[in-house]
Amino acid sequence: MNQQLAITYLLGSVTYGGLLFLLTSGFCLIFGIMRVPNLAHGSLFMLGAYVGVAALRSGAPFAVALLAAGGAAAALGAIFEAAVLRRVAGDEMRQVLATIGLAFVVGDGILAVWGGNPYRAQAPLALRKSLQLFGAVFPAYRVAVLAIAVVSAALLWLLIERTRMGARLRAGVDDLEMTRALGVSAPALFTSAFALGSFLAGVAGALAAPIVSAYPGLDFDILPLALVVVILGGMGSLAGAFVASFVVGGLYIVGPVLLPELSYVILFLPMAITMALRPQGILGRSAR
Amino acid sequence: MLRRLGLVACALTLWLGLAYADEPKLKIGLLTIQSGPYSAIGEQLEHGFRYYLEQNGQKLGGFNVDVVALDTGASPAMAKSKAEELVQRERVQIVVGPIASTEALAIHDYMRDAQTPLVSPSALAEDLTQRKASPWFVRATSATGQLSHPLADYAANTLKYRKIAAIASDFAYGYEIVGGFQRVFEDNGGVITKKIWVPLNATDYSSYISQIGDVDAVYASFSGPAAQNFLRQYVEFGYKDRVPLLASHSTVDESLLPEMGDDPIGVISSGHYSPTIDNPENKEFVRGYRERYKVAPGFYSAGGYMAAMLIDTALTGFKGDLADKAQLMQALRAANIARSPRGAITLDEFGNPVCDVEVRKVERKDGVLQNTIIKTYPQVSQFWTYPPKKFLADPVYSRDFPPLRSGDK
Repeated sequence: MNQQLAITYLLGSVTYGGLLFLLTSGFCLIFGIMRVPNLAHGSLFMLGAYVGVAALRSGAPFAVALLAAGGAAAALGAIFEAAVLRRVAGDEMRQVLATIGLAFVVGDGILAVWGGNPYRAQAPLALRKSLQLFGAVFPAYRVAVLAIAVVSAALLWLLIERTRMGARLRAGVDDLEMTRALGVSAPALFTSAFALGSFLAGVAGALAAPIVSAYPGLDFDILPLALVVVILGGMGSLAGAFVASFVVGGLYIVGPVLLPELSYVILFLPMAITMALRPQGILGRSAR
Repeated sequence: MLRRLGLVACALTLWLGLAYADEPKLKIGLLTIQSGPYSAIGEQLEHGFRYYLEQNGQKLGGFNVDVVALDTGASPAMAKSKAEELVQRERVQIVVGPIASTEALAIHDYMRDAQTPLVSPSALAEDLTQRKASPWFVRATSATGQLSHPLADYAANTLKYRKIAAIASDFAYGYEIVGGFQRVFEDNGGVITKKIWVPLNATDYSSYISQIGDVDAVYASFSGPAAQNFLRQYVEFGYKDRVPLLASHSTVDESLLPEMGDDPIGVISSGHYSPTIDNPENKEFVRGYRERYKVAPGFYSAGGYMAAMLIDTALTGFKGDLADKAQLMQALRAANIARSPRGAITLDEFGNPVCDVEVRKVERKDGVLQNTIIKTYPQVSQFWTYPPKKFLADPVYSRDFPPLRSGDK
């Protein structure tokens, strides 16, 4: 492998990792608080991609499109949590099934509104070019995605470590019953966690749209990646998800080059090994 | 008096009813995709089929037609049960569909056992009309390799390329289209240096594109969003300026072009249908279809249209019994289309069209992307120039057939 290719793979890995972190941070947050793997997470991501494309086409600046996508996903997530998940609170199996239901509803809804042809999203004009980096050609937009992902991770960290809402979320993850006993409203906590998680998925979707396009089926193409990351990183651990995102990003980009025959399982092999040897994941705590 | 009137009315109804029942009617079952991620192509196919019927007063070959359309969701298992429903419960005389090759292969044996004619509008899988040919099957589209054989000839003999790397989706259609390209390209002095298979659920193509290496050109085959993402990343990673791109028809299908920006400009592909084919039948089809559905017809719209036209041609002057499916099948197999948007089409002994294949180049004309025809290979057989017997003795094109000749890994 020559230097030029090595740089392409390295950049590809970290930028894909950044995108994966945006996708999985929301999933992690929801799981951490509610103990529910949100199987509609890929659908919220897809919704974000479509809303982002629609906003861009109506002439909105890129930042506005990202916020619109996040906002739409957050609104849907909050409504879903309050209207459906709360009714089956405490029954995790039914909650998981409800999230699958949401996934199908979102998928068909998008098909009804936008039809079945893929939509191409345009990166902001300034980033619509390729950079020459150490002899390798690399799209500028992907570098920007990495920067946005790192900034988002920092903001998320600040939100969780430095704000009252973050403190409540952390307390809820640690010991939900004690948190409630101390006067924190569980429904409000759940709804805000679900909305925040959905917001992150929506933003990730809009951000990914110029790379992966918005198309029907994107939801279930992307969901397994989120699952792999959180299992590898440790269910509910944001720091774990951060590390695992870059590990999976690297595997996803370099794996098929080194082991083309294994390109389908390359992601799931480490996941299976992790589950067998260290079920709590890289940075997760052992089960309660 | 009243009583007598009642009797007359009764007799009249009975007579009308009988008369109505006497008029022969053709019932066609359409296996399409109306739900899920692939419903867009299902819609295009159904539009093409129904557009032909509309243009012909809901008649084919002079017979009134009833259409029962069922949704398979692109699932082979569902296609099988819907085919059974059409044959056993709806008692259709002809089935048109299903759309995907996997679905067509799933119902292939059943249709043969049920002795019901199947007209395939879009399934390209080679063996449907080759090693698993069935007397109850007829294709209104073409076989897979039939589309890539001519492009390989063009690449080797007109473009004078010698080394080409292939990159395609990792499933049967990808293997067949690349396999066909490889056979003819290598028989004309070229070498396929690599075959890169991209998983169907891939969202990133950069690591696959980076393996292309030092070649004269790349041959690519993708469909739908994968085609869009592949082309964009081929441009973004700086390959399009350096390595010319040849592609299958699906990679630059008309339905995708409006969403592709400038990415596909200059891509050379081959297909059996393009809205730019220059004959009066096609001009009229494109004009009318565009007026009706606001978009240009692509591969699937033309597939539906041609399936209807094939039945129409077969039944024009049909003197037999519409209820006798064997007679219907015989007529279908004998259908020779003299003039169509795809030009003249005859069916070979396996029920596969011998038809024109166009080499096209993506250009922007009046602000819109189109596949401009740069060469037509007339009346191409699914066996190219090889003797059918010899061709059929080889295994079907697959991931490893034909094997790579070069040692370049």
